[in-house]
Amino acid sequence: MTLARPRTLFQKVWDGHVVSPATADTPAVLFIDLHLIHEVTSPQAFAALRERGLSVRRPDRTVATMDHSTPTTPLAAGARAVILDPQAATQVRALEENCAAFGIPLYPLGHERQGIVHVISPELGLTRPGLTIVCGDSHTSTHGAFGALAFGIGTSEVGYVLATQCLLAWPPKTLAITVRGRLSRGVTAKDLVLAVIGRIGVGGATGHVIEYRGEAVRALSMEERMTVCNMSIEAGGRAGMVAPDETTIEYLAGRPFAPKGAEWDAAVARWQTLVTDEGASFDQEAVLDAADIEPMITWGTNPGASIPIRGTVPEPAGDASIARALAYMELVPGQQLLGRRVDVAFIGSCTNGRLSDLRAAASVFAGRHVADGVRALVVPGSQQVKKQAEAEGLDRVFREAGAEWREPGCSMCIAMNGDRLEPGRYAVSTSNRNFEGRQGPGGRTLLASPLTAAAAAVTGRVTDARELMR
Amino acid sequence: MDPFRVLIGRTVVLPMDDVDTDQIIPARFLKGTTRTGLGQGLFADRRYGADGTPRADFPRNRPDAAGATVLVTGRNFGCGSSREHAVWALMDQGFRAVIGPSFADIFRGNALKNGLLPIAIPAEAHARLAAAEDASVTVDLQAQEVALPDRTHVRFTVDPFARHCLLEGIDEMEFLLSQESAIAAYERTHEEPSGRGTSQGRT
Repeated sequence: MTLARPRTLFQKVWDGHVVSPATADTPAVLFIDLHLIHEVTSPQAFAALRERGLSVRRPDRTVATMDHSTPTTPLAAGARAVILDPQAATQVRALEENCAAFGIPLYPLGHERQGIVHVISPELGLTRPGLTIVCGDSHTSTHGAFGALAFGIGTSEVGYVLATQCLLAWPPKTLAITVRGRLSRGVTAKDLVLAVIGRIGVGGATGHVIEYRGEAVRALSMEERMTVCNMSIEAGGRAGMVAPDETTIEYLAGRPFAPKGAEWDAAVARWQTLVTDEGASFDQEAVLDAADIEPMITWGTNPGASIPIRGTVPEPAGDASIARALAYMELVPGQQLLGRRVDVAFIGSCTNGRLSDLRAAASVFAGRHVADGVRALVVPGSQQVKKQAEAEGLDRVFREAGAEWREPGCSMCIAMNGDRLEPGRYAVSTSNRNFEGRQGPGGRTLLASPLTAAAAAVTGRVTDARELMR
Repeated sequence: MDPFRVLIGRTVVLPMDDVDTDQIIPARFLKGTTRTGLGQGLFADRRYGADGTPRADFPRNRPDAAGATVLVTGRNFGCGSSREHAVWALMDQGFRAVIGPSFADIFRGNALKNGLLPIAIPAEAHARLAAAEDASVTVDLQAQEVALPDRTHVRFTVDPFARHCLLEGIDEMEFLLSQESAIAAYERTHEEPSGRGTSQGRT
């Protein structure tokens, strides 16, 4: 008997989806198990299908929702959302029409399962270990938390997947990121991934699929693993993955689309094989010690520009991009961010808009009040997150603290729907990008965890949330 | 798609690393439903001041840069969002190639699918090109070579399949559609259950 060559988790998922292998001249044809679509990056893809007279090959493997350009304005009980922006309304209507025409299931505005695409798919149990998952959105990497191979694609590729359920791809390289030990109290998954990006840089994982490994990763909940995998793209990674384990299986059990009965048992047995074999090698490796990771906050205009919450903003030292970022952010090199006045706290997004994120934020808001002059937005990632949060009374905590409790959506993470940071203002945000103007033209974003964002909301300043924790 | 073989064009230099797709086209310009007209959003927050007037310090706003078809920029161009609108906006403004030390993965893929050639060249040659404003370059995709204004030639590589598609003016959809029998065979033998048919959560 010959022993099989040891393979990485990525390699196993990839191998299982190759329709035709790559040759010297042609990339591999890769089968896609799940295609998630939303209103912003799909209309041109449907138009391409119509131009060629093509249909959607597998509407049963396609799921749609609307999230990017939809309003998150709080609604009275039973009220229906109204989209005031005519362009956004047209885009949303186009999605409804396209889904109806091609037989694609849609969770529209007002549906109890609507929400940010990367929040609802795991909630529904659609995201599962070993699947290939794509979406016209770079944060599709989120789903890798389940040991799926999940990555963002452009609109041309959305069209290819609609038409053929396949993509063309050259095999990427692999990068192991091992986080040893355990995170300290008050240090979250968001801090972990900001530390990783800070270490390897915003282009550090370009061309690679990351596998997150090590004790600190194994100790994370599914929601925390999603936060980590979500930001893989911020290091340039094609995807980020965590091998499935008991935590994964426990999360999926009983989800609406999770397999049932004998199918569940067979699925679990299959999922348990989805680990990197002893002796398998990665193209690159990086190791971090969890004990060295502090609560992190970004000072610059890309997610790699982070410092520990008590650290100081770097000197440009001849680096034009640092000088540029400091000028945009109006920050002085060598100064601490701690104590700096902030105008907005934004808690939400596909990075940190899940129930555990809201619980963390609520633990800081409880018994406190949003500081004078600060606007605090809490935007649940989905209708289900909203419902669960309300069942626990978190909405009351936020409202009593003077924060806005809004409807689900991408909101001020991408500022397409009217939720916008004003020019020159500072926001501590739990989202994923601090690019110039990302949250609104001229706005300045400091990325951090829900704990840190909530602490900024109640103190009106950049604060080490650990000082507020009882 | 028109074939891409040889491009003779003038450059405009945006000397910055890590230009993200939010810079290339801010999200507020993504609310349309077509691929056309996106040029008005290209680098919108850099090209125009808060009052909407063109900013003199933005390279593309110089009169001699108006006809440039080649953008020369820093490393990791196109990082961030997967928005293909970034490519459509560049092409709508006349760009046909972007030259830099490196590109973000999704942007590179999107560019190649639309006939915008991302050309990664070594740092030394890039520095020479970035120092020369409004230079004339000749890009030969067949030979995978750029002729720089100082008459030196720099080699680059494009993945062989994308190069074939560009040279012939065909797109990847054609190739995927031609794989029909292999896809159908895969679906019969390998496919993981979607879990939808048996679910109580069916919409």
